[in-house]
Amino acid sequence: MLVLAPHERAAAGLFLGFQYPVEIPGVSNVQFLREALNAQRKGRDEKPLSGAEFLKLARAQADALSMDQDMLKRPVNVGFSGGEKKRNEMVQMGIVDPKLAILDETDSGLDIDALRIVGEGINRIMRKPDKAVILITHYERLLSYVAPDFVHVLSAGRIIRSGGPELAAELEREGYAGVVA
Amino acid sequence: MATKNAEAYEAANKSYEWGFHSDIEQDFAPKGLSEDTVRFISAKKGEPEWMLDWRLQAYRLWLTLDTPDWAKLQIDPIDYQDAYYYAEPKAKPKLGSLDEVDPEILRVYEKLGIPIEEQKMLAGVEELGADGQPKRRVAVDAVFDSVSVATTFRKELESAGVIFRSISEAIKEYPDLVRKWLGKVVPQHDNYFAALNCAVFSDGTFVYIPEGVRCPMELSTYFRINAENTGQFERTLIVADKGAYVSYLEGCTAPMRDENQLHAAVVELVALDDAEIKYSTVQNWYPGDENGKGGIYNFVTKRALCQGRNSKVSWTQVETGSAITWKYPSCVLNGENSVGEFYSVAVTNNRQQADTGTKMIHNGKGSRSTIVSKGISAGRSDNTYRGLVRVAPGAEGVRNFTQCDSLLLGDQCGAHTVPYIEVRNPSAQIEHEATTSKISDDQLFYAMQRGLDQEAAVALIVNGFAKEVLQQLPMEFAVEAQKLLGISLEGSVG
Repeated sequence: MLVLAPHERAAAGLFLGFQYPVEIPGVSNVQFLREALNAQRKGRDEKPLSGAEFLKLARAQADALSMDQDMLKRPVNVGFSGGEKKRNEMVQMGIVDPKLAILDETDSGLDIDALRIVGEGINRIMRKPDKAVILITHYERLLSYVAPDFVHVLSAGRIIRSGGPELAAELEREGYAGVVA
Repeated sequence: MATKNAEAYEAANKSYEWGFHSDIEQDFAPKGLSEDTVRFISAKKGEPEWMLDWRLQAYRLWLTLDTPDWAKLQIDPIDYQDAYYYAEPKAKPKLGSLDEVDPEILRVYEKLGIPIEEQKMLAGVEELGADGQPKRRVAVDAVFDSVSVATTFRKELESAGVIFRSISEAIKEYPDLVRKWLGKVVPQHDNYFAALNCAVFSDGTFVYIPEGVRCPMELSTYFRINAENTGQFERTLIVADKGAYVSYLEGCTAPMRDENQLHAAVVELVALDDAEIKYSTVQNWYPGDENGKGGIYNFVTKRALCQGRNSKVSWTQVETGSAITWKYPSCVLNGENSVGEFYSVAVTNNRQQADTGTKMIHNGKGSRSTIVSKGISAGRSDNTYRGLVRVAPGAEGVRNFTQCDSLLLGDQCGAHTVPYIEVRNPSAQIEHEATTSKISDDQLFYAMQRGLDQEAAVALIVNGFAKEVLQQLPMEFAVEAQKLLGISLEGSVG
């Protein structure tokens, strides 16, 4: 996978949820996502989606994540609040429907309700037999919605401990210092 | 990033996609420029004496002028004696229909990607739209090299009273109308290149929209430079009488060449009371190779006279081609409450240089102007916005809004903004906003992670940047322009 360019990895089914989603002025969400999705489909020798087909898909995903339809028409992430940006990331994930998602601090900047919506979104989109999610987080709170199968503690670029969901609970109780020591 | 840069470099240096050369015999004027050349051109076109005198006067004036040197451009000296000033496709009888047009010429248009719709129109096919009405039509006055080859839709325009002619024809058929306005917006002595054009202009377009007429279709002229060493000197004059409206499209591409080709066009627009002219340009002339060799010199004088009350002129340009661009489509706002607009996207790549902008001269009370300029620089190019907003002492209540945005791709290109503001009336409200930004690695990576390759990602981001201008273009042009932006910048990211 490392020899592939980013767009080739995307076509192969990898999705990266950004900690700080980037703004693209003048390009609407719909336009951006349709071009991106159709580029991925092309990379997999699939037929491109028509405008109508795509819009149906995008609207369904926005609804599922309680995102206002108008936000699909707005320029990508421009003027979005932190929480809206993260929710938009999940809408994008729902549209491209990846096999593996790496979600980088997707929970940061979310209020309690948004956290629940995003957590449910992750489950809905990714909780399937042939899919996997690597969820990167500092807190346990998102894990109360998205139950992890495995928990790894990463320190200075190395996995220093691995375990099941109980490890997350231990971290929350004792802090990272206790685990690293 | 090294690999990425190498890829980007390669993509940015793709050869000019539409560079090709068609072979049509030329009837050349003798090489070089003299009074004899001017006489040759005038005689070749069978012009009346007043026209020849006008040309000769311009030629003598030109001899006394100097090349303008205030632009931020490096221009190698031009040998005006080492060029031809007139070329036309091989002499043929006057054509009655398009079937008689040299098939070679039609093939050139095809290669140029003139939209299928227009090709059908050229072929006389009229399709119905979903509503059962004929689709929106575009009248094409095709300029091949220097002579108008075919004018379509003439009859329908004529029944509306619209005159749409090559300027050579108009000089003969409507001498009074042409004489009344020719050189009145851009005087002969305006600048070096304008004077040159007045002396040797080969052909161009004349449009007159009579009082109260809304031109029933968009008017379009395709320019094409197609002879080695042939300078092209187009002349356009558009007059919108009281309450008239016209939208005019101008689009250009050119074949690949090793030697620089000089293009010094003059465009004059006149809008009388309550008249409106919308003038849109997509310019894609050969920009030279990656070292700046070859390519068109585009030294154009475009100006509009908003003479009447409530008159309005809107310039929209997408400039992607030419080795050097020197171009300032301007509005002289004489009429009370007249309106001038300038929307521009200028793209430079490799060694291209562009010094472009506008002048808004506010002489009329309550006149307003809007300037939106988007400069995109890549490679080792230089891209300058140069604009003047002037408010005369007697012009009360003038408003101007100017926005200049520059986008840089890579770290070897330049973007410059040179606004001149001269206000002599205290009631004027002038606003100027300017930004400079780069396509960031973060933006690119984000778009690529979602599935776009680098070229598509750059094209998308650039089109977003230029959106405000692109949406001013008529639909047919907007699509073409978006593609052009992508082609001009393919992968040119460092």
